[in-house]
Amino acid sequence: MTRFIELLINGLSLGSVYALIALGFVVIFRATEVVNFAHASLLLLGGYVTAVLHADLGFVGALAVGVLAAAAVGALIELVLLRRAKAPRQVVAIATIGIDIVLMAELSRRLGTQVLSLGDPWREKVVTIGGITVAQTRIAALVVAAILIGLFLLAFKYTSWGVSMRAVAEDSETSALMGIRLGRISMSAWAVAGALAAVAAVFITAFPTPGLDRTSSIAALKAFPAAILGGLDSVTGALVGGLLIGVTEALVGGYQNDLTFLGRGLGDVAPYVVMIAILLVRPSGLFGTREVSRV
Amino acid sequence: MVNPPAVRDGTALSVRDLTVSYRAVRALHGVSLQVPRGEIVAVLGANGAGKTTLMRAISGVLRFHGGSVGSGQISCGETTLTKAAPHRIVASGVVQAPEGRRIFGRMSVEENLRVGGFHAPAEVRKRVFDLFPILGERRAQRASLLSGGEQQMLAMGRALMAQPKVLLLDEPTLGLAPKMAEHIANTVTEINRQGTSVLLVEQNAALALRLSNYAYVLDVGEVALEGASAELAASDEVRRRYLGVSEDATPVLAARRGITKWKG
Ligand SMILES: Nc1ncnc2c1ncn2[C@@H]1O[C@H](COP(=O)(O)OP(=O)(O)O)[C@@H](O)[C@H]1O
Ligand SMILES: [Mg+2]
Repeated sequence: MTRFIELLINGLSLGSVYALIALGFVVIFRATEVVNFAHASLLLLGGYVTAVLHADLGFVGALAVGVLAAAAVGALIELVLLRRAKAPRQVVAIATIGIDIVLMAELSRRLGTQVLSLGDPWREKVVTIGGITVAQTRIAALVVAAILIGLFLLAFKYTSWGVSMRAVAEDSETSALMGIRLGRISMSAWAVAGALAAVAAVFITAFPTPGLDRTSSIAALKAFPAAILGGLDSVTGALVGGLLIGVTEALVGGYQNDLTFLGRGLGDVAPYVVMIAILLVRPSGLFGTREVSRV
Repeated sequence: MVNPPAVRDGTALSVRDLTVSYRAVRALHGVSLQVPRGEIVAVLGANGAGKTTLMRAISGVLRFHGGSVGSGQISCGETTLTKAAPHRIVASGVVQAPEGRRIFGRMSVEENLRVGGFHAPAEVRKRVFDLFPILGERRAQRASLLSGGEQQMLAMGRALMAQPKVLLLDEPTLGLAPKMAEHIANTVTEINRQGTSVLLVEQNAALALRLSNYAYVLDVGEVALEGASAELAASDEVRRRYLGVSEDATPVLAARRGITKWKG
């Protein structure tokens, strides 16, 4: 039972980080109808900047710069692909694959074989309550993700920015007709998504993961099934999808010794199995309104 | 009326020699019209005549339909609106309640109004709720749950939140029951009485001519006919063609273009 609760907490924590990433993914999709395949490299970029700067600026300062860098690159992608090139949405989606490859290649070259720490203050410390032992990073991830998601939801519901985002997602022409500046909304969506990804990088690479290396983005990729199974255009879907994937991964990974008949590395595969199973039943995801096949 | 002065004094909105195409297809050819300050001007015409295209051109949203302005000028007072970004057009005081209402169905009535004017002062909101009390009662409701007439009110209220000098209305009574259409018509008169100029696109010619001071008739992308609404309403040509009254009589109205082809 203790083991189960530990795994569950780890899963929820992991899931909340996936939710942060998926949220950005969904925000971009809602604002611009683009599937951003460069999302994982934005995360890696934010993480890399944080890792390189934390010795000089301290963790918080370095993270702030990392968040800004990822937001700026996100906004830049929007500016170049959507605003200047004015390409159709599907073409932009393909172009993000190109950007992903370029960013990834450059970051991999810089990283080489290093494994970098992001300098987070929680390190390998654990907390033990009532026989349950959890890494502090896991608790921090849950708390930080919950706060950011909470702030996001409040902004989404109540601020002019949030109302504009929803209006544009529902009917961009009429939004423009009402005076909303579509370019600003779309650029802010990419920036917010980049910023959230940079924060997620901290927890993707923190203990018990050894640190940031060139494979870190693979972990980030699990937010894709999270966003897709929740419904690409649904904020709720991103949150539920993230948690579902995180918990599945943690539980399957934790009990995989009892599941060896299904093969090894099951924890990594499970998110995709869950995604496919859900899409078979609900093609537009749990909360989505648009079918993934139409993207 | 063969050659009206290009810009009358006190013109709120002026369109001059406007040509619009959707990719290769011409939708408007050399359309000119004016909305004098404080008046209601109607644009009539059959389905496909180019009325909505005209509205899209004025509001700067042609690109959403693959259309573009070929030549011509659109201006509001001193401000040139031709090819301006939609938010600039709204900021200069020209705001549209589009065809088909296009309310944000997944959002509340209140949120729809916010989109119309994020920084609208309290008295503007109050004016909208005074004009459309039902919107006040339903403000927390999902907009998709409103009836057709209420959705039209919301679309108009939303546009009014931006405090327009010129309100563009594209077929506001389309698909509404006669009683509701009448109610909307009265509201248009009231909005105008409060000082907003109105450019009204309607297929319901009788209603439009009753509400407006001046009217233009579009036919296949060109202004076929224009004149004071009362005169147009009395013209046999218009009555036969647009008001469903069939009687043979000589047209009395001075037409600019296209009238000859009607006689054929
Ligand atoms: N998005 C579009 N693409 C191509 N042609 C269009 C488009 N929208 C309208 N048209 C054409 O432009 C002409 C005018 O249409 P429209 O402005 O909608 O007329 P109205 O509002 O008077 O019914 C029609 O011939 C129509 O087929
Ligand atoms: Mg029309």
